[in-house]
Amino acid sequence: MADVTLRKVVKRYDEVEAVRGIDLDIADHEFVVLVGPSGCGKSTTLRMIAGLEDITDGDIMIGGDVVNDVPPKDRDIAMVFQNYALYPHMTVAENMSFGLRLKRYPKAEIKTRVDEAARMLDIVELVDRKPKQLSGGQRQRVAMGRAIVRNPKVFLFDEPLSNLDAKLRVQMRIEIKKVHQKVRTTTVYVTHDQIEAMTLADRVVVMNNGRIEQVGTPNELYHKPATRFVAGFIGSPAMNFMTCKLEDVGGKMHIRLTDSIIFPLPPARAERYKTISRTDKLLLGIRPEHITEASPHPEPGVEPFDVVLDVIEPMGMETMIYFIMEGAEICGRVNPNADARAGAPMRLAMDLNNMHLLNEASGAVI
Amino acid sequence: MTSTAVIDKSAPTRTVKLRSMSRDRTWALRWSYFFLTLFAIFALIPPLYMLITSLKTSAEISAATNPWWVYHPTLSNYVELLTSNQFLTFFRNSALVSIFVVTITMLISVPAAFALARMRFWGSATLATGVFLTYLIPETLLFLPLFKMFVVFGDMTGIQLINKWYVLLIVYPTLTVPFCTWIMIGYFASIPKELDEAAIIDGASWFQTLTRIFIPVALPGLIAATIFAFTVSWAQFLYPLVFTTSTDQLVLPVGIITTLIKGDVFAWGQIMTGALLGAAPPLIIYAFLMDYYIAGLTAGATKG
Repeated sequence: MADVTLRKVVKRYDEVEAVRGIDLDIADHEFVVLVGPSGCGKSTTLRMIAGLEDITDGDIMIGGDVVNDVPPKDRDIAMVFQNYALYPHMTVAENMSFGLRLKRYPKAEIKTRVDEAARMLDIVELVDRKPKQLSGGQRQRVAMGRAIVRNPKVFLFDEPLSNLDAKLRVQMRIEIKKVHQKVRTTTVYVTHDQIEAMTLADRVVVMNNGRIEQVGTPNELYHKPATRFVAGFIGSPAMNFMTCKLEDVGGKMHIRLTDSIIFPLPPARAERYKTISRTDKLLLGIRPEHITEASPHPEPGVEPFDVVLDVIEPMGMETMIYFIMEGAEICGRVNPNADARAGAPMRLAMDLNNMHLLNEASGAVI
Repeated sequence: MTSTAVIDKSAPTRTVKLRSMSRDRTWALRWSYFFLTLFAIFALIPPLYMLITSLKTSAEISAATNPWWVYHPTLSNYVELLTSNQFLTFFRNSALVSIFVVTITMLISVPAAFALARMRFWGSATLATGVFLTYLIPETLLFLPLFKMFVVFGDMTGIQLINKWYVLLIVYPTLTVPFCTWIMIGYFASIPKELDEAAIIDGASWFQTLTRIFIPVALPGLIAATIFAFTVSWAQFLYPLVFTTSTDQLVLPVGIITTLIKGDVFAWGQIMTGALLGAAPPLIIYAFLMDYYIAGLTAGATKG
């Protein structure tokens, strides 16, 4: 087991820069998820750690040793691929033991390790089957088993759950988390699914355009996003953004959303935003759960406003509502018992204690 | 009540639909059987005629009787050929040449195809196309320059390769290697990239990836290429005709033609027998490997 360090890592394909100078420290035993839209460089980064791609510039260290020019087999890593990449002509046990057999481990030791991994992954009765006789979820378990038996310094996962159906994905997610709690191997996990990232990670690395947007625990990213990209990417349904202005009314700072909607800012927020120029173009970012039905006894900082609902989506435990404000579609979450009907007016409340203010030009959260 | 009504309503439509579908299928099957039978008759008449003729004496062959019937069946042609040292030499030469050529071809093609399909190196794509282009040049164009090359080589080194059966071991691979390499490139390319990446991460060298992953996974392709190489070397006529002349150096196809046709006298019975016996080894190989080949294809070996 070991820590992984990336220093100014760059990957260039001819003229295209896929990864543009990444710095990242992954601690021993840590579960780090790289998340971002397709083409953001997350898979390339993982493949560079694996040694499947050369590094154009920078350094990658595993357990303190620079491994830039170390071939994959000598990096002591194991990787789980999106399409499982099981050897089709070998049984499950042979698949899992392939790496150990190449390294000429004693037969007894191989058997012990394979049995142990099979028990951990609940695939004991499948060890004599061929991959084509397995379901998708079982194949993914075998692929994980192949990684576990090697007892490597680092696990690398490249979108391992993308080929599974939604239900199985949730199940396997839990499975992966359980495995990590048992073996505690340093793990780097790539996905485009932010829910997977949030649920699995000790720390999430949000990537965009070959750069790291923000690194943090799932809660930090959710509650304190640093950029508009992170704010919009993490959370489902996504955070709402609406143009706004700061105005001073009667000596107190207010935020104006439309000609008719203007809210006083809670004192803590007013303090934080006091240096912002009143003429700056700003965006208000607010998550759907902070737009709810208005209550007769509102908390401080929760401001009521009236809208006409566009669409409603009852989900059972809550109802998603959609309305248009200044041309932008805004999503809110209301109690299923609230009287929300499409096309009807409704009194809502916005919780400004949980608002985010962004600079529209730079996308930075203030 | 409601449920029975639903069943009553849906039942007839469903049967009608099924029946019309199966009618379509029946007709499709009839047509396929018709054309398959036609094709089978067309393809099997020549070997049948060979078999009939091989069971006749020369006298009966030249007699004006029904050519499709054997009135006095005899195995004399078979006995004569199988006891003639000459024919057995041809057979031995053919077998040696084919086995060696198949081995040489596979030893060259498989690693070549692996390199061209997987190891991206400068000019690999051009080289792959080049390999295929080589195959497109017909042997009728190649045999003269090749012959000349061996003559020059013989003059320069004193090693005389012409009129030795083993010269064919050098000549045949010019036909088999490009084609087999091309087939294997296709098969190797169909293996998902992650499979060799997984092998590399598991600690396999390129050579181990080839022998322990690629060859087993692409076995159907390997067998197809082997069958091809064997058939080409077994049935090759032009090159052995050009490069070998002494009776003890001849391979089967050329041997039959040169020894059983004496001037304008054709020993038809023996020619047919020789041709039939010569066709046996490829037939046996096909029969054995075909099952495995098809099994490999349907198993979807490359599906991760």
